This record gives sequence, structure tokens and C-alpha cells, in this order.
Amino acid sequence: MSHLELFQETLQSTLRDVIPIALVLIGFQMFVLRQKIAHAWRVLRGFVYVLLGLALFLMGLEEAIFPLGEVMATQLTNPAFLYGDLYKDGVAVIETIRWQDYGWVYAFAFAIGLATTLAEPSLIAVGMKAQQVSGGAISAWGLRLAVSLGVAIGVSLGCFRIVTGTDLWLYIVVAYVLVILQTMRAPKMIIPLAYDSGGVTTSTVTVPLLAALGLGLAATIPGRSPLIDGFGLIAFASVFPIMSVMGYAQISRWLENKKKNTGGEDAL
Amino acid sequence: MNLRYLAQPFRPLFEAARDLMPIILVILFFQELVLKQPIPNMEEMLIGMLMVLLGLALFVRGLEIGLFPLGESMAFAFAKKGNVFWLLLFAFLLGFGTTVAEPALIAVAGKAAEIAAQGGVIESTQEAVESYADGLRMTVALSVGTAIVLGVLRILKGWPLHFCIIGGYFVVVAMTYFAPDEIIGIAYDSGGVTTSTITVPLVTALGVGLASSIRGRNPMLDGFGLIAFASLLPMIFVMLYGIMI
Repeated sequence: MSHLELFQETLQSTLRDVIPIALVLIGFQMFVLRQKIAHAWRVLRGFVYVLLGLALFLMGLEEAIFPLGEVMATQLTNPAFLYGDLYKDGVAVIETIRWQDYGWVYAFAFAIGLATTLAEPSLIAVGMKAQQVSGGAISAWGLRLAVSLGVAIGVSLGCFRIVTGTDLWLYIVVAYVLVILQTMRAPKMIIPLAYDSGGVTTSTVTVPLLAALGLGLAATIPGRSPLIDGFGLIAFASVFPIMSVMGYAQISRWLENKKKNTGGEDAL
Repeated sequence: MNLRYLAQPFRPLFEAARDLMPIILVILFFQELVLKQPIPNMEEMLIGMLMVLLGLALFVRGLEIGLFPLGESMAFAFAKKGNVFWLLLFAFLLGFGTTVAEPALIAVAGKAAEIAAQGGVIESTQEAVESYADGLRMTVALSVGTAIVLGVLRILKGWPLHFCIIGGYFVVVAMTYFAPDEIIGIAYDSGGVTTSTITVPLVTALGVGLASSIRGRNPMLDGFGLIAFASLLPMIFVMLYGIMI
């Protein structure tokens, strides 16, 4: 398919996604609120930018990053790569899976989780808003880095879980308990933002690559089901950012207090 | 000064380049040094990366001049009008409308129906599979609509968010025991699928706009949290769907 055709197709599917929203917005604007939009043309131009931008973005991902990322995920989880000499002529010499042998998988999961979350458009949007609303006390970049670190840690732990075959519920329940404990201690202002970041991370860029990694890993390890273990990674990627964002706020408050050497109110 | 004025339109482009750099570095590092393989289709890669860069820059500029101001001005207008019914209806339609046509959701629902047919939960006729998929899609769209309504109600009433969300987690964990195995994976996935790239900025602007125009509400404390509802409720609704069918 030529670039132009592909672009047309992506633009159409983005449009289909946007039309219901546009109808709701226009309907309420015209019939319920009955007010003129300030800078209507500017807003309309903004909508066109968002549409075109999203279509270009998705198409570029499909073209450049997803295919290569998926091939890399499959290659990295391949026993022939992981075990090298122990895996000859397509027959495994090893008998049991050792989690230590999967070092590169954890490293890749960490790196790709971090990098893709930093480029996630919805997170960019939330970061911009948070910086504006907090009057700069929370920097957009700092928030995004905190969320990305959370995803990175969560995803590599998720890969460790698939390799060892431990129970998903154990991890999720422990993570929820930690979230509750942190909620009691963290600065109040950060809590809604932290909860929101959990939902934002699993979006356009991150999910396809994580799914490829999870499926590749589950398919090459005997006894793992791609159905059950594949989705587990996404659950990890949405719980850990909540912890890392609250942690980020706790650390910056601690640093602030240390600098001022007074136990006053936090800066957030 | 002059130079700065000239550089202004390119700022989103520079920022997009900065945002994408980590992905390029990670891919290069693992491909060249760990897997020790050349990059296939170098030309395609470069063109694709250029599109991603341009797309991201356009998207961010569009947010600044389009989605954010619109979401906020509508929130102010609703607050001024003071009619709760219209506001809640708007919230519901915004959540429902953005989810029901979401391509990722359509894909997930179709896959879920196939799994259910294989597992013998439903008959494996085309008709049964399609109606299961449609039912699932409607369930998720309804749940997101309800989530935004609840979230807006929370902003109006000033309920503390963490009680709502932690309470919701308990419900999720409890329901996981009762829900059939086939649906659990889909339920957990559906939480992530619903928050699309266009919904997030609009819903965030709505929440922040409402919280800053209602007296006694703090935009940091009350404005955020709508997305948290929108990723929690679908899990609960989808598991309910699995239990009922």
C-alpha cells in the first residue's frame, strides 16, 4: 500500500473515532449552552491539527516502530538467543527455566516501557495541564518521568512474573496495599493526579509493544498461557505509575523540607 | 528577540524530537549491541520516524489552541448555567460517545467473543459471537459514560477521590473471585482501552475547568480524577457482564 493510501485509511479511522465526540460537543454548544465559542476558528484549526497529528503519529508508528519493536521482542524472548550454546539445533539442552537467564528481557522491558511512556500523547496532555494548574510546582517533564519510571519498573517486574510463573493476584494485591499505604502518607494534592496517571499510560504507543513482549514471552516458556499472561503486563503498567507519582511527590516534599529545615506545609 | 520569535513555531517540533529520542536510542541499542542485527528498511524507518515527529508536534499544538480551550470554556459555561441535569447528560454522552466507536475496543470485544465461544460460554455460531461482542462493547461504553457522570458528581459534591477509587479496587478484587476466568483478562484490559488520546485531554480540561469555576473546589484536588474513574468502572461492569451471561 502506498503512503498516501495508508494515510487516508488512518485518517478515516481517526475521523470515525472523533465524529461522535464532535457531535456531542457541537450539539451541546448549539442547543444547550447557546454561546459563541471564543476564537472559534482557532479552536477549529486546533481540532484539525489534533486529527492530522494523530493520524500522522499512528501511521508513523505502524510504519517504523511497531514492526521492528515486535520483531525485537520475539527475538529477545527466543530461547536460541537467551541460552546461546545450551540451545543447539532447535533442541533445548536445559531442562528448567531459570529466571536469571532472562536478564536482557527485563532490561528491554524496562527500557521500552520508559521510552514509550515518555512519548505517550495522552500523558503529554495531562502533564501540560498539571503544570498549568499547579502553577509550575509540578513540572510536566518531572511528572512524565515519574510515570514512565513507574511503567518501566512495573513492566520488568511483570516479565519476571511471567518467567517465574508466580501468581498475578499476589502482585496486584500487594501493589494495591502499597497504593493505599502511600495514599495515607503522600501530599494530598498529588493523589488525584497519581490515580489519573494509572489510566493514561496504557494507550497508543505502549500497549502494542507490551502486548508483543508479553505474548512472545508467554509463547516461548512452557506452561504459560498467552491469554492469561499476556494481559498481566498491562495491569502492571497501570498500577505502578500510581506508586511512582506519589513517590515522586513524597521525595520532592522531603527534599524541600530538608532544604528549608522546617517541618511546614509541603510545596505541592 | 527576533530570533526567539522566529523559533516559536518550531518549539513543539523540538519538544517532540526530545520526546521521541528515548525510543530511538532503545531500539538502536538493543538492535545493534544486544541482538547484533542491522536495522531493516532504514529508509522506511526514517520516513516513519519523521511522520511520528511531525504528528506529535501537530497534536500538541492542536491541544493548546483547540481541545484545551474548548473543554475549559464549556466547563465554565456549564458552571455558569448551573443546570446539573444538562451537565451530567453531557458528561455521560462524552464518555459513551468517545468509547463506543473506539477501534481498540471493537478489536478487544471481537477477540473476547471468540474466546468465549471456544470456552463454551456461548454457542459458537456467528450470530451468538456477534451479539456477545456487541453486548460487551455497549457494556464498556455505558461504564465509561457512568464513570464520567460519577466523576463529575464527585467534583460537584467534593467527595474525596481516594475513598471512591480504593473502594472501587476492593470491588474489583472481590468480583474477580466470582467472575468466570475467561472474562477476567478482558475486564482488566478494558480499563486501559477506554482512555483514548482524544478523550484524555478533553476530559481533563472539563474536570479542571469545572473545579476552578465552582466555589470551594480546588483544581488540583478536585479537577483531576475523571480518568481514574474511567479506567476503574469498565473493569467492574465487564466482570458483571461476564457473571450475568
